[in-house]
Amino acid sequence: METGLCRDCFTVLPEGAKRCASCGRPRLVFHPELFSLSIAHLDCDAFYAAIEKRDNPELRDKPLIIGGGRRGVVSTACYIARTKGVGSAMPMFKALAKCPEAVVLTPNMEKYAKAGKEVRQLMRELTPLVEPLSIDEAFLDLTGTERLHKAPPAVSMAKLAKRIEAEIGITVSVGLSYNKFLAKIASDLDKPRGFSVIGEAEALDFLADKPVSLIWGVGKALQAKLERDGITRIKQLRNYEENDLLARYGVMGRRLFRLAHGQDARIVSAEREAKSISSETTFSNDISSFAELDKRLWPLCEKLSARMKAAGLAGQTVVLKLKTKDFKTRTRNQRLSDPSQLAEVLYRTASPLLKKECDGKTTFRLLGVGFATLTDGDLADPPDLLDPAAARRAAAERAMDAMRTKFGKDIITMGRGFKAPQRSQGSDGK
Amino acid sequence: MKITIERGALLKSLNHVQSVVERRNTIPILSNVLIRADQGQLSLTATDLDIEVVESIDADVAQAGGTTASAHTLYDIVRKLPDGAQVELVYGADDGRLTLQAGHSRFALQCLPQEDFPAMSAGELPHRFDLPAAALARLMDKTRFAISTEETRYYLNGIYLHTVEGDEPMLRAVATDGHRLAQADYPLPDGAAGMPGIIVPRKTVQELQKLAEGQDGLIHVSVSDTKIRFEFAGVVLTSKLIDGTFPDYERVIPKDNDKMLEVEGKRFAQAVDRVSTISTEKSRAVKIHLEDGKLTLSVNNPDSGSAVEELAVDYSADPIEIGFNARYLLDIASQLDGERALFAMADSGSPTLIRDSEDASAIYVLMPMRV
Repeated sequence: METGLCRDCFTVLPEGAKRCASCGRPRLVFHPELFSLSIAHLDCDAFYAAIEKRDNPELRDKPLIIGGGRRGVVSTACYIARTKGVGSAMPMFKALAKCPEAVVLTPNMEKYAKAGKEVRQLMRELTPLVEPLSIDEAFLDLTGTERLHKAPPAVSMAKLAKRIEAEIGITVSVGLSYNKFLAKIASDLDKPRGFSVIGEAEALDFLADKPVSLIWGVGKALQAKLERDGITRIKQLRNYEENDLLARYGVMGRRLFRLAHGQDARIVSAEREAKSISSETTFSNDISSFAELDKRLWPLCEKLSARMKAAGLAGQTVVLKLKTKDFKTRTRNQRLSDPSQLAEVLYRTASPLLKKECDGKTTFRLLGVGFATLTDGDLADPPDLLDPAAARRAAAERAMDAMRTKFGKDIITMGRGFKAPQRSQGSDGK
Repeated sequence: MKITIERGALLKSLNHVQSVVERRNTIPILSNVLIRADQGQLSLTATDLDIEVVESIDADVAQAGGTTASAHTLYDIVRKLPDGAQVELVYGADDGRLTLQAGHSRFALQCLPQEDFPAMSAGELPHRFDLPAAALARLMDKTRFAISTEETRYYLNGIYLHTVEGDEPMLRAVATDGHRLAQADYPLPDGAAGMPGIIVPRKTVQELQKLAEGQDGLIHVSVSDTKIRFEFAGVVLTSKLIDGTFPDYERVIPKDNDKMLEVEGKRFAQAVDRVSTISTEKSRAVKIHLEDGKLTLSVNNPDSGSAVEELAVDYSADPIEIGFNARYLLDIASQLDGERALFAMADSGSPTLIRDSEDASAIYVLMPMRV
């Protein structure tokens, strides 16, 4: 029976082959259901690190950590650094203790976003049903694409993985299954540069001894609760009726029941809308003064506003986020009378909220600003009878946007965001 | 304290005062109503520290006295008593409870001492005038819908009541939220001249409308810089005013709009109501296309469909296309109670003036939407 595929030349192979009969290479994948499954999860391998290594080959064989500053945490560690025990979300000092020779780079989100978009574009060429989960991973529903691509979904995905390597220069891992839950688990099985399949026939056995934390939505709290109830492995959930779990764990109980039985009816939806959009920064030194914080607020507002405008979105609620030096998060909301996407409105709303939080004593390590209650950008910033100046400020901001598009983003800035150019060495500043 | 009162009379007054009491209170006594009996009168007082309502009703007072008890509980009890029941309220300082007895029902309610009930000191209210209840109701009704809920511009969260000098001096009410503005006039009553311009908070307007519903006769109004008081039929409502400066609204009212449209008010309102069925929160614009004698209303909602309706109108200026928020347009259209409505427009980006053709004592300004 033909249940195998060469991931390099896409030749379909009979079961049990060791090397591809056509190209002779050994990267093969076998599964009885390989050519009938059509829900895929694609995850880029050590995405930020991979991009940096692609752009600077000198880094290729060095351990590389992408993360924020002296105080930050690890965003991404390359696979070399991971062998030393460096992991995501690890505080930087701990990561450097484990791997002192690592090269540390601060994230260049713009570059990653660009690459992420390119990857997404290639995915969309396979199917319109691409549901991004983050910048570097997405679900794809390839059901019904077999005739279009003249190949089953497994082959299309293998081709896609190879094309991303060739055209974008990073590697990805693919999980293929019959639903989202298992596809996502599969993509993680064989990282990096993996291709794993979980079929319907083996799903129950596969899940049986896995920890309940594998289930999407089971966090620390629920895991602890389940453990108190004597449930640590997924198969133990199967001892209960759906109604029992529903009664004990609420809506989550239904999910536990279904996923424990390998059932997941969630569809892959390309229109997963964002609920809020935000932009934040962690300082290299804690700040308590309002004036200092306020200075950092404006660039965040400009950055967020640019994203809102690009996405054609407007927000009705402004959210201010602060993290104190002892890691307590504070968020403050202010509803606007009308949806907005302007940096000016954002700043004028967030700055008073910020001022209220600054008592001179509390010191903060992080500042963020966001828009929530998102709506269509067409509804943004309607004219105001009472504030004709608002229309002029909006027009000024849009004119600045237009100049930035044409001449680059540093061509013009508001006075409050202006940084004096560095004086050349030797100047005495008179 | 010991009194007897008929259930219906007590219920009506409790209903009035309990609506001022906030459902959730951090200060326990603010959940209570102050009950005082003296000389054949029962007086009930409720406050949220911004508004105070005192209502006095006749009662059979066997022993004078007073206390405070939960306003909502008391109201719910009295509401559930049978029609026509005689209610006996007794408070003795010894057990600290208010007992309520009616027929075979008997309740004992926890009380807080009347001395702890916050009194609102109105201070001097130097400007006094009388206004027919219907006239006051009209000033509120015509403008209330335009009150803003925006917290940052708190000075818009009420109705701006002030005097307008001229050949025909007026008492004027104005409300606006930046998208629409409503203005209603009434000939200046004696004694109102020289009163300061004041902003009456939304909640006060709501409470006043409830209290004055069905009233005829005069309402006595007294005003200072910081407070307003309304007195009628045993009710005294005293309220703080919004401490702020109302914007120069006259600037906003267009004077030179020259594209004039006349339309039958009711038919226009109904047509707007019909086509806006299609509009949703997401796409709320109603588009108006005007050309010689014809008005076309249309709504296009990519999610649900589209609607078009045509009306024969009096219009002879250059064709114009202008969009409005469906809800705002409906709010105003439903205020037009005369035969014919007049729209004065300039262009699709400038405020439009709307009013009854025959009656300039209430006018509306509406900002168009981009369509």
